[in-house]
Formats: sequence, C-alpha cells, structure tokens
Amino acid sequence: MENKTNKVREPLFHITKRSNNAMKPAAAWGVRIAAVVVALILCGVVTVLLTGENPFKVYETMIDGAFGSERKIWALAQNTAVLLCISLAVTPAFKMKFWNIGAEGQVLMGGLATAACMILLGNKLPPILFYPVMIIASVAAGAIWGLIPAFFKAQWNTNETLFTLMMNYIAIQIVSYFCYIWSVPKGSGHIGIINSASQMGWFPKIGGQSYLCNILIVLVLTVFMFIYFKYSKHGYEISVVGESENTARYIGINVKKVILRTMLLSGAVCGIAGLILVSGTDHTITRDTAGGRGFTAIMVSWLAHFDPIYMIITSLLIAFLEKGAGQISTNFGLNDSFSEILTGIIIFFIIGSEFFINYEIKFREKEAKK
Amino acid sequence: MKKILAILLALAMVLSFAACGGKEKAPEAKALKAGFIFLHDENSTYDNNFMKAAEEACKEMGFEIIKKVQIDESNACYDAAAELVDDGCSVVFADSFGHEDFMIQAAKEFTDVQFCHGTGTKAHTEKLANYHNAFASIYEGRYLAGVAAGLKLNEMIAAGMDAKDAKMGYVGAFTYAEVISGYTAFYLGAKSVCPSVTMDVQFTGSWYDETAEKEAANKLIANGCKLVSQHADSMGAPSACELANIPNVSYNGSTVTACPNTFIVSSKINWVPYFKYMLDCVKNGKAIDTDWTGTLATESVQLTEVNEKAAAKGTQAKIDEVKAQLEAGTLHVFDTAKEGFMTVKGAPVTSYNADVDTDEKFTPDTEVVSDGFFHESEFRSAPYFDLRIDGITLLNEKF
Repeated sequence: MENKTNKVREPLFHITKRSNNAMKPAAAWGVRIAAVVVALILCGVVTVLLTGENPFKVYETMIDGAFGSERKIWALAQNTAVLLCISLAVTPAFKMKFWNIGAEGQVLMGGLATAACMILLGNKLPPILFYPVMIIASVAAGAIWGLIPAFFKAQWNTNETLFTLMMNYIAIQIVSYFCYIWSVPKGSGHIGIINSASQMGWFPKIGGQSYLCNILIVLVLTVFMFIYFKYSKHGYEISVVGESENTARYIGINVKKVILRTMLLSGAVCGIAGLILVSGTDHTITRDTAGGRGFTAIMVSWLAHFDPIYMIITSLLIAFLEKGAGQISTNFGLNDSFSEILTGIIIFFIIGSEFFINYEIKFREKEAKK
Repeated sequence: MKKILAILLALAMVLSFAACGGKEKAPEAKALKAGFIFLHDENSTYDNNFMKAAEEACKEMGFEIIKKVQIDESNACYDAAAELVDDGCSVVFADSFGHEDFMIQAAKEFTDVQFCHGTGTKAHTEKLANYHNAFASIYEGRYLAGVAAGLKLNEMIAAGMDAKDAKMGYVGAFTYAEVISGYTAFYLGAKSVCPSVTMDVQFTGSWYDETAEKEAANKLIANGCKLVSQHADSMGAPSACELANIPNVSYNGSTVTACPNTFIVSSKINWVPYFKYMLDCVKNGKAIDTDWTGTLATESVQLTEVNEKAAAKGTQAKIDEVKAQLEAGTLHVFDTAKEGFMTVKGAPVTSYNADVDTDEKFTPDTEVVSDGFFHESEFRSAPYFDLRIDGITLLNEKF
C-alpha cells in the first residue's frame, strides 16, 4: 500500500511564479546581462558555422556601424529618438491592456498631415502662423487615427488588435494615394524633398545639427510620459483599467472615458513621431516613412516593462542592433538577413531572460526520492 | 536608486563601446573607393542588376567597392551617402528614383566628391558640378522587343487569325513618362512589322506587386490580348502568361527558365558601361557628363537571347537587321514622318513641348519633335515621352 502511494513521482523540476520572493533589481540585471553574454556567444557560433567569419570582427563591425564616427553617433541618436517616441506612444495603451498595434498607421497619418501642410500651406502662411498649424494638424491626425478604434472598442467592444492592424493598411493606402497626387515629376509616385529652397516647415538646425531638435523633443516627451504614468491621476486610472476593468468600474472609474482618452494620447504622440519624421528628418513622405517602427516599438515598450526611462535603453539597443546590422552587410558582403538572424538571437535571449526573472525553477529535492 | 544605478551602468557600457569604436579609424593610404547605395538587396531583380554591374565595373577599374543595401528613399539615403564620403569614397552612386533629392543634398555639402544617380531627372536643372544623372535609351530595346512581338502576331495571322484581332496587352506600373515611353516604343516596334496591331494597357500602381501584375495580365488575356508584355519588376505577368499559354515579351532579364513555352525575348539595361565610364572619369580627373544616356552602341541597352521555342521564325535575324538601322541612325523609334505610323487623335505629330526641366507644375518647356522624329532621352537622360498615341487603349490610369 505504502509503496503504491510513493510511486506518484515528483517531476524533475517545477516552475513557480516569484510572487513573494521577487528577484532583487541587481540580480535581475545580472540575469539580463548574462542573457546578452550567452546570446553573443551563440551568435558567434552561428557566425562561424554559417559564414566562417571571425565573430569578434563581426561584433567590432557592429560597434563601428553604430559608433564609428560622429555622424554615425548622431544617426544612431536620431534612430533611437524616433523609435523611443513611437514606443512612448504605444505604452499608455498597452498599460491599459489595449493592444494598439496601429502605431504604424497613426505615425503615417501624422506624417501625412505634416506633409500636407508643408505642400499646401508652406508658402502661403507666415511662419509664425504656419508652424503652429502644422504641429496641431499632425498631432490631431495621429490622435484621430488612434481614436477611431478606441471609440469602437468603448462603444461596441470590437477587437482592437484587428481594428488597429487594419487601420495601418488604410493609412498606407491613403499615403500612397497622396504620393501619386503630389508626385514630382508627375506620375512618378514620389514627392521628393518638400520646400527644399525655402525650407518652410523644416525643423531648425540647432548648433549645426539637424537631428538635435528631434532628440530634444523626444527627451521632453519621455520626461512628460514618465511623470504622467507615475504621478498623475490619469496614469493611475490607466493602470487600474489595465489590471481589471471590473475593479475600475467598481471604484467609479469611467472605463469608456479612460479608453478614449488614452488612445487619444497614444495617437497624438504617434502624430508627433510622424511630425518628427517628415518635418525634422526626411522632409518628404513615402509609404515607408514609418518603416515598421510602429511594430518594433511594441517590443521596445514591452522589453522596458512600460517604463519610459528604461525605454531609452531598449530603444537604443534596437537602434544599435539595426545600425550594426547594416554595417555587417556592407563590410562582409553578407545579406541583411544574416544580421537579422543575429538580432533575432539577441532579442530572443533578452526576452527569454525575463522568464527567469519572473519565475523560479525548483528542482526535485534529493530527500524526496528516498 | 538601484534603477538609476543600473541605467548609469548601462550608459557607461554603451559609451565605452563608443570609445572603442572611435579609436579604430586610422587614416589609410588613399585607395580608390566607390560607394553604391541600393534600395533593396540582391533579392530584388532591379537592384541585383545594378549590384552585379557595379561589382564587375569596380573590379575591372581597380576600385574598392562599398555597398549600402536596404536604403530607404528618405534621409537614410543622405546619411548613407555622407557615411560613404566619410569612408573615403571619391564617387557615390544611388540606384532608385526616390534617392535623387537626398543625393543632391549630399552633393551640395560634399563638393569634392562626385555623386551619380540612375533614373533621375534633376541634374541638368540643379547645375551642380558634382551631381550627374544617367539612364539608357531603353525605348530602343523595347522597340526591338516589339518587333519580335509583331512577328509573332504575323505568325498567328498566317495561321488563320483575323488581322483585326492582333491585340497585345501591356502591364505597366504607373502612368509615368518612363512607362509611357516604354510601352509606346514596344507598340511601335510591333506596328512596324504588323500594321493592324492594337494594344491595351493596364496599370498596377506599384513597381513591384506580384499579385496585381498577375491579375492585370489575366485581365488582359481575358480581354482577348494575344500577347503580353510588362514594365514592372515581378514575375507576376510572365508566370500568368505561361499558365495561360500566351506569348510573353519580358523585361529586366530572361524569364525563360520559369516560362519555357511562352517567353520570346526580353530587353534590359546593362549598367556596366556607365559604371566603367563613371569610374574612369573619377580616376583620371575628367568631368562626368551631367546626363549620360547609354545606347545600343554602348551596349547599355541589350536584348536577351530569343527563345526559339516561342518566337516566330526569323525573329533573331529581323532584330539584328532593325538594330543595325537604329544604330546607324537611319531608323528612329518615335518616327513622326512616316505616314499613319504615330498619330494622336488621328493627326500626325509635328510638334511637342515636353516637361524636360522638372518643376512642380509640370510646365512644358522644350520642343522635342524635329527632323521627323521625337527626340527621346536627348535633352536629359531620363525619358520624357508621354504622348497618348492612337492604337493604344489605356484601361485605367495610375499616377
């Protein structure tokens, strides 16, 4: 009898959530850094096996691609700023567990409004009137594009994931349409640099640096979002709705209002990103202006646990990997896909490390065997 | 506190990386370097054509090649060009139409480096000493491909088809001068041997959209087109033709392996001659032409081998004959003098003001018809022929 009950075998290990004994921040960072190290080792093995190149040379190239010259560092800072801006934009919605994957479209609509102002009003309004109009139009365009799915969600509980995703395609098509309408030369489907002579609607260079203005705007925005989440009543309401809509309702939060307001904010910040891309960077718009960053931003936001300050690091990491990847394909003649494999491995390990931070693995203890 | 400490540590790590990176660049002995900017990578037939040519030309001319791939038509192009200058390139080339404005921006800043751009239109109006456009008289290649198409239609007529039914289909990307010039040349080539030919054109609104191109080809075939050609970069139209067993005249290279029963011939631009010219100028300190147009004579415009299985008999011989006439200048593609050959709304073309100098209002500025023909790619390298001639029906328009 006794023997039979003993035959129920305890598995080799089991996994428990670290609810009471959460990992200390220092230990958590230790795990994260260990993950990056392991990822780099694996990347090295993959590099040797697939290409026969020296992995240290490859890493050196990545660092050179991102930090190799003053110009490269500025470009890296610019890419980080844009990615950070869009990541800040998606975060309020995610904190609310509203799966906004429509940042791509919201950025494009913001950018389209900027381009429209530059083309249609650029040489008609005096600058003092023109810049406010352009900024308001861009922010409003992004906000409206974010508000539409939020309205349907609040009103009829539609699936926001599908809705926001579809809104991306509509935005891309609208941008394509206007690229034909405004194309120079006619019919080419390309707008080209807008107002290249008058530079109307362009962000000013600060200290001779054309990207500095963008970077400063995003820094201010980062601080604002940090305060908004941490110290404002709105930020608190977002967290409560995200944890449980029923609780929110119970304590008297108007859930519909919070959804609408939060998506309005999310869309508006995307609109700013569009403004930065068109007015502060490219001075033109194409259907690729957002360039997939609306989706990459989701990863940046999650990796940083929705904390705006950490997002500076995660967006820098992604921007670094992208710049490094480009340099790898230039120096080694390797296809872009190869560096994407490396990026994939590194990100996989970083995400994977979160598992070990949040969960504990308990091995079967020896004495249980007896 | 710990969070802040962690951030500081991370930043320190990043900055120390930066310090490592900065030290490496030691000034080297001045080697000849050429930078190339591509919109996609080698998986795109369009970019691959440039890439292979660039590699070949650099190898032959003794230049080190530095390639930047996947460069968007945005400020990323300017950044890439500037980085290439930093890396010591004495010449930078970009391959996509939308790169042009950003190349001009770079050319204005780095005046001691040459900037060349394929397919662009603005070099002759920007008047910068170090910015140049290049293209090829691909309309001549299209004309020759059209001759092959016309012979195939003649073969069908001889086999019992009504001459009035000799209709071709054409899948175009945009209603844009480069495309209009291309399909009109193709049509005229066919008409030169098969006078009763007509043509339908369907636009897709994209340079690369396999599904849309396939659908467009299928629509043309359903409308009674007996032969299809295309000006778009995917395999959509050729593979639709192979499936429906409709002869196809291709572009950018041979599609004979995928379409062994229907591929007739293909025209393509060979960029090697231009790149060699460009590198030679840089090497020897000669000025590069503001607008350089490759021709049949420079071997910039080429035709692939004729697929005997699908083409009409004697196609190769006829192509060689017409090619010789084009090279000799005794034959012109856009011949306005030949009676009833090229008409607009029933009237012959005696004069045309084209928009050669690109501006936002598309103001016509240059008379391009003289001596009995339309002078394509003479006043600038990129095509500007955009007349809607009789015999060609546009089923839709996509700007």
